[in-house]
Amino acid sequence: MAFEGIGASVKRREDLRFLSGRGNYTDDINRPGQLHAVLVRSPHPHARITGIDTAAAKAAPGVAAVFVGADLAAENIGGLPCGWQIHNKDGSPMAEPPHPVLAIGKVRHVGDPVAVVIAETKAQAKDAAELVSVSYDVLKGAPSLEAALRPGAPLVHDEVGGNLCYDWHIGDKDATDAAFAGAHKVARLELVNNRLIPNAMEPRAAVGEFDTMSGDYTLYTTSQNPHVIRLLMGAFVLHIPEHKLRVVAPDVGGGFGSKIYHYAEEAIVTWASAKVKRPVKWTADRTESFMSDAHGRDHVTVAEMAMDANGKFLGLRVHTHANMGAYLSTFAPCVPTYLYATLLAGTYTTPAIYAEVKAVFTHSVPVDAYRGAGRPEASFLIERLVDQCAIAMGMDRVEIRRRNFIPSSAFPYQTPVALQYDSGDYVATLEACLKASDWAGFEARRAAAKARGKLRGIGISTYLEACGIAPSAVVGSLGARAGLYEVANIRVNPTGSITVFTGTHSHGQGHETTFAQLMAAKFGVPMDQVDIVHGDTARIPFGMGTYGSRSLAVGGSAMDRAADKIIAKGKKIAAHLLEADAADIEFKDGKFQVAGTDRSKALAEISLTAYVPHNYPIEELEPGLEETAFYDPKNFTYPGGCHICEVEIDPDTGVVSVVNFTAVDDVGRVINPMIVEGQVQGGVAQGIGQALLETCVYDADGQLLSGSMMDYTMPRADNLPNISVGTSVTLCTHNPLGVKGCGEVGAIGSPPAVIGAVVDALKDHGITHIDMPATPQKVWGIINANRPRMAAE
Amino acid sequence: MPQVSLKVNGKPVTAEVEGRTLLVDLLRETLRLTGTHVGCDTSQCGACVVHIDGESVKACTILAVQVQGSDVLTIEGLAAADGTLHPMQEAFREYHALQCGFCTPGMVMSAIDLVKKNPKGLSEQEIREGLEGNLCRCTGYHNIVKAIDAAQQVMHGKVKELPRAAE
Repeated sequence: MAFEGIGASVKRREDLRFLSGRGNYTDDINRPGQLHAVLVRSPHPHARITGIDTAAAKAAPGVAAVFVGADLAAENIGGLPCGWQIHNKDGSPMAEPPHPVLAIGKVRHVGDPVAVVIAETKAQAKDAAELVSVSYDVLKGAPSLEAALRPGAPLVHDEVGGNLCYDWHIGDKDATDAAFAGAHKVARLELVNNRLIPNAMEPRAAVGEFDTMSGDYTLYTTSQNPHVIRLLMGAFVLHIPEHKLRVVAPDVGGGFGSKIYHYAEEAIVTWASAKVKRPVKWTADRTESFMSDAHGRDHVTVAEMAMDANGKFLGLRVHTHANMGAYLSTFAPCVPTYLYATLLAGTYTTPAIYAEVKAVFTHSVPVDAYRGAGRPEASFLIERLVDQCAIAMGMDRVEIRRRNFIPSSAFPYQTPVALQYDSGDYVATLEACLKASDWAGFEARRAAAKARGKLRGIGISTYLEACGIAPSAVVGSLGARAGLYEVANIRVNPTGSITVFTGTHSHGQGHETTFAQLMAAKFGVPMDQVDIVHGDTARIPFGMGTYGSRSLAVGGSAMDRAADKIIAKGKKIAAHLLEADAADIEFKDGKFQVAGTDRSKALAEISLTAYVPHNYPIEELEPGLEETAFYDPKNFTYPGGCHICEVEIDPDTGVVSVVNFTAVDDVGRVINPMIVEGQVQGGVAQGIGQALLETCVYDADGQLLSGSMMDYTMPRADNLPNISVGTSVTLCTHNPLGVKGCGEVGAIGSPPAVIGAVVDALKDHGITHIDMPATPQKVWGIINANRPRMAAE
Repeated sequence: MPQVSLKVNGKPVTAEVEGRTLLVDLLRETLRLTGTHVGCDTSQCGACVVHIDGESVKACTILAVQVQGSDVLTIEGLAAADGTLHPMQEAFREYHALQCGFCTPGMVMSAIDLVKKNPKGLSEQEIREGLEGNLCRCTGYHNIVKAIDAAQQVMHGKVKELPRAAE
């Protein structure tokens, strides 16, 4: 048998069904008697609804029902809740305007849902949706930060003056000002972190089903966290108690954050299934995904770093405006605050940091966490600013990083912005990446490229992130309205096979494989004896789901804890059978053994005894072998590393090609290197996408211009390079597995390395920064801005 | 309603469809062959690629009535009757060329046609350009390219066994 323990690149057990067309995605689910829902959405960024005429739609062939916002309001259906409350500088709570499931009174972004049409077939529902006549009084929109902050800007919510959701800060302003007052040099950077549209390949979908006999509801949905959806939708929107609401998230085709949130369509199909007494299915067209899935990023920032004469960082000052979109999505408020500004120390010893963040409502799709969520914005800012520091000091980019790294001897390291890093070795990841990328040989490659007529540049990022969220008490004190522990239930079946029920959810990460590998190693049994179950609130005790690279660090730790409970109970059973003291029983390689003897019982013998308790310590111990653990992490985990990117620019076209990309990441202990490598490569691809290709574009009024895959540049195979991935590990010190997380490092570490490389390639053209995405048009413009006019022109 | 008769994965099928029904809807909704996916509405993503008479076609871009009399192969029909995977399926598994699995059926069907049309073999760059019509959001394509390169060696008879991925 091939090695399948910790550290083996075990092939994925998910793959056979996906490669055979036997996956079970939400849109593949068809319930008996199912109807189809199609939403009528606002074509306007901002308008008053003056009337909705549904008569023609209701009379159309096959139509079972048409509902509008007033129908839900009449049944006291709540708005979509926000899961995180931020407080302003003065201690008052953020503005939290209502987010109706279907628009009431006004629409606030293109795509805001206004009505739902439910019919026998999707085609009939689409036809009838065309017949819903909505009268709008069109108002001026303000989709961008700049437009929404302008004096006299149209208000997104009448009750939110200046469109300001919150005005928040963190850090020590006086200490930071003092650092600047005594600075030898100051580097300053204004930058935009471009708005992205997640575009998981599977469009969102939902099927609601109501059992008229039992009164039970079931929702099948494309979610990263079915229990969270049950909690939010049940408690706040539809008022269905948990025991009457089951949420199933089956195979999910990618999430990247966009499938964390509770969306209107989930509530609509669930509620409507009881109204029409038949299952109701909704599946997004990609066009709808563009205008209804939560978008990501969208910051405008001014940052300054104060330095001493040796290039040591003394203070960092940051002012950020963050676009929230038209409504607060589930976790939106925490992204530009606690997932962003708390990361501003990065890998550096900057002693004083002060950051202000103003969150702004605009006439655009709500913005929330997207792969990295706040940390890509932080790492982009820091790493780009550090490059500016190097320029300001006339110092090498690598050298200034070395001078400011938190030394590996300094852990645990308390930053000035709340977080305490547990472990890391930034010199080690830097050295490994410099070597793997042949940083030293770059100038020769630049010269060779020049001879071919190409501009070649190299960029570096030595980033840090925080994931594995998070200690419940800590996030609670920061405004989270939920705990962020994770849950595992382990059932050792009578004949010794093991079923693990996890509250995390896999939507591409390969949990069924990695977790089976982890538990097989823990119990000393072959992997095929372990099954992983996820994604169904009826089968799994509870869970907070998968986001923030938390599944292994938090969910895996919960499994480890539950396994420890199993082993502890097994020891007592073994002690009884072996007539020994439980304290003398060791568990190793799947056997309970009396220490120092050859007397042992295999796990399967113990489990059989537990379920057939004839010879059993029944007075002290219950039968059965099943345990549950809720694991609340002690801290975030802190993956970090070094990404180095090399680009070549064609000066005639401005096209930037990534020719080399090298990542060396510290993700903590690696369970399955093949899967880790794949996660990093996928993250880097999204980072390169952000840096070179992708951006969401609204026109001045708020019409979505990049609203299809023909208009929004998704990275394709020929836009991307091979991505070399390595790891250099320090263990997490506060979870039992020593793991940190790998899902987001690629998207967090890569954009500054790519932009650094583009700027380096263009350094003779008088620029020190370029905003993302560095499109051919932008790059060509820079190359040609100062070119002398040719004689013939 | 018009009637359409065709072969799907070797089996004869007759169905009544609307004139506007797309092939992908016939496959997914009428025949319940849900392995063929719909990832967009502008024929960009390629999640719905099937083979029609041996050619890869985006099933969202052709009407069901247009395939009258054709032989359609979907991802469900790719493996041998005994369950042996096609070398391309095997290569995707070996090289970790899929994560969420949603683009995978279309990606595999496109890749097979791409390899078949290039009997002299494809360079890495040619594979990347050949995947122009298929989007993947998870993998960054790195491992998809490696899988196709390995599969083409088996499909062209250059090697008997699929080259194994490095550990």
